[in-house]
Amino acid sequence: MGVFDENFGTPEKQGDGAITVTQLNEYIKSKIDGDAFLSRVTVKGEISNFTNHYKTGHFYFTIKDEGSLIKAVMFRSAASKINFVPENGMKIVARGRVSAFVRDGQYQLYCDAMEPDGIGALYFAFEQLKKKLSAEGLFDEARKKPLPKIPTRIGVITSPTGAAIRDIINILGRRFPYAKVILYPALVQGAEAAPSLIAGMNYFNEQRNVDVIIIGRGGGSIEDLWAFNDETLARTVAASAIPTISAVGHETDFTICDFVADRRAPTPSAAAELAVPETHELMHKIDNIIGRMSLLLSRRIESGRQILDFYKTQGIFAYPERMFEDRKMQLLMLGQRLETSMNTKLTADRALLAQRTAKLEALSPLGILSRGYSVAAGADGKVISSVNDVSKGDTFTLRLSDGTLDATVN
Amino acid sequence: MAENKEKTFEEAMARLEEIVRALDGGTAGLDDSLGLFEEGITLVKLCNAKLEGAEQKVKLLAKGDDGNLQETDFVGGAK
Repeated sequence: MGVFDENFGTPEKQGDGAITVTQLNEYIKSKIDGDAFLSRVTVKGEISNFTNHYKTGHFYFTIKDEGSLIKAVMFRSAASKINFVPENGMKIVARGRVSAFVRDGQYQLYCDAMEPDGIGALYFAFEQLKKKLSAEGLFDEARKKPLPKIPTRIGVITSPTGAAIRDIINILGRRFPYAKVILYPALVQGAEAAPSLIAGMNYFNEQRNVDVIIIGRGGGSIEDLWAFNDETLARTVAASAIPTISAVGHETDFTICDFVADRRAPTPSAAAELAVPETHELMHKIDNIIGRMSLLLSRRIESGRQILDFYKTQGIFAYPERMFEDRKMQLLMLGQRLETSMNTKLTADRALLAQRTAKLEALSPLGILSRGYSVAAGADGKVISSVNDVSKGDTFTLRLSDGTLDATVN
Repeated sequence: MAENKEKTFEEAMARLEEIVRALDGGTAGLDDSLGLFEEGITLVKLCNAKLEGAEQKVKLLAKGDDGNLQETDFVGGAK
């Protein structure tokens, strides 16, 4: 525009010796932009008045400390690259250049990079991931799998040289030596730790060669435990088909891995205790199965007996005479019929007999005698049918209808 | 069912659960129930014997010659 000379000279004055506001601010901007120190500065402080301009993707905010503040802006190209969401109150370290915004007469920090500051940064990242995964429902109790009651194969993902594996093996060996332990040797701190832990989860989920997984490590600083706050690890643990116990650090240490796992154990030793039953307790429980079976069996017998008792009170078992009553009645009726028909027959026969007797009587010699005839019989009892049969002086008998007469031939 | 080979602990426990459920359901006949009961007692003895005699096995996964992970005996760790 030719307003400034190449050596950042003063603006051209108007007739009255004054310059415009724009000219002044442009002059100031040129002074600032020409400063080598301000062209690349790293500043730390706390974010306030944070505005995420959603339409443009630019961040507008203020960075402050106890005594001062500076306006700051982060354009979308830079803002899209940071791996956390800035919030008010968050301590950050920002890098960029200081320049002036001519329209508003404001100098400000144009950030091209920003990261959370120190332990606070880790804490913020932790809180943000926790909030995000929680909102997705990854911590919900409802989606957690129950641990197997009697696991016989236990996968452990931890360092093969750490205290954690020693503790776990000791406890498992003491409580439940029957279970086989398969150790996936993983890195548990440093940049390679999260991929290594994830590979362990994937290995067991592909092989399906264990009933439960213990993932963890012994105590350490928050930085040491940081791998267990990895988002991909969290999602891998949440998606595991095998129930998983997370045991990271000490009682007071909480990691994202703890929240997504099916169970959190305060220490690796506690994880081992959670994972398996105690052998003698288990044996006792198994013994109790006998008692349970006996009870069920005696119930079975008892119910059978009740059914039997019920039948005993029913029908012919209760009134066995019913079985004979009908037949008795039948018998009785048959007897009566027999008698009746017998009588009928007798009467008829009797009548027939009388008839026949009458006929017979009509033909009988006695009947002829009763009409005045008589039969003569010799002394030898033979009927005299001819005069030649007798001689004078013979005695004979005359049979009349009502008696006999002794007679002599004259 | 010809069952020549001995059941594993897991199989025995699973069968025990089945037996208890069958007895609980009361669907099995009385003769069957008695048979199940006897089988259950045998299984209980078997399970307890297996637990009693167990020795801890710890395996370390290490890359084998073919580049795949293989189980090897883990030395160290437990004291």
